Amino acid sequence: MLGIIGRKMGMVAVFDEAGTVVPVTVIRAESCRVVQQKTLSRDGYNAIQLGAGAKKRASKPLTGHCAKAGVDPCRRLVEFRVDDPESYELGQAVTVEEFAPGDVIDVTGWSKGKGFTGVVKKHGYSGGPKSHGSMSHAVPGSIGSGTNPGRVWKGKGLPGRVGNRRRTVRNLRVVEVVPDQNLLLVKGAVPGARNGYLLIRKRRAGAGRKSGS
Amino acid sequence: MGAVESVEEGYLKKEIPDFKPGDTVRIHIRVIEGDKERLQPFEGVVIRRKGGGLRETFTVRKVTEGIGVERVFPLHSPSLAKIKVLRRGKVRRAKLYYLRGRRGKAARVEEKR
Repeated sequence: MLGIIGRKMGMVAVFDEAGTVVPVTVIRAESCRVVQQKTLSRDGYNAIQLGAGAKKRASKPLTGHCAKAGVDPCRRLVEFRVDDPESYELGQAVTVEEFAPGDVIDVTGWSKGKGFTGVVKKHGYSGGPKSHGSMSHAVPGSIGSGTNPGRVWKGKGLPGRVGNRRRTVRNLRVVEVVPDQNLLLVKGAVPGARNGYLLIRKRRAGAGRKSGS
Repeated sequence: MGAVESVEEGYLKKEIPDFKPGDTVRIHIRVIEGDKERLQPFEGVVIRRKGGGLRETFTVRKVTEGIGVERVFPLHSPSLAKIKVLRRGKVRRAKLYYLRGRRGKAARVEEKR
């Protein structure tokens, strides 16, 4: 199944037929074009490479690569595994009409960076008392036992950097598709800031190394 | 117009009567029971309007059998069939939270002339 490249526009709350408020994220699909076909015989796997967005100051190799498909240099190039890459034409446009309301999708993006954060924000530790003479408001406390085991357990939650990672939110539902503006309304939140690039794919049935159908 | 605004546009109600905090209104709410739909009225004083655009809501307060009841409605909700303004109130603030602490005669809102 083919996916699309989009950008997060922001969130709104809309109403469904029953009058219930549904929180949705508005995603605008960038003008996605098929840039390259990857085939089993030539590349060892079947996929379609999609390009989206306009690249400023494109390098010659990129310009040439995109020109083969008759496409202007793209800011984002992404491959989607498909079973039949030959059935897509080079330069073919891919729009939000790949999706229909009710479809279940996975959305991938880069989450907002939170910087170096403490354990309360990062791991949900409850911290210490805020007042009554307490001087340990948001410290992790003890991180383990003494001589036995004599070390800190692997995986112990400690402060560190949070966010700014590639994250996938799975099993989101498409609420509405607006083809004339290339918009997708998806129930729930997706990673990243406004205008951030997102990959939108049909739900993958299970984890593991199946081809992305 | 941004993409988010254009999405909101499609959901906004076109005709909403002009009403303010202090006004007494009757709201007809669509209630679905089984496969039948009927209108349930709710009448009371608007004590606040809050938010903007599609997110705007208003709160209606009434006192039934000595118990204060407040309901919050999304202004643009399709389940609001009708908003009828019964009486214009003369009030000097935007949020009438002070009505909550009052009972009987003191909880009245003077009518605007």
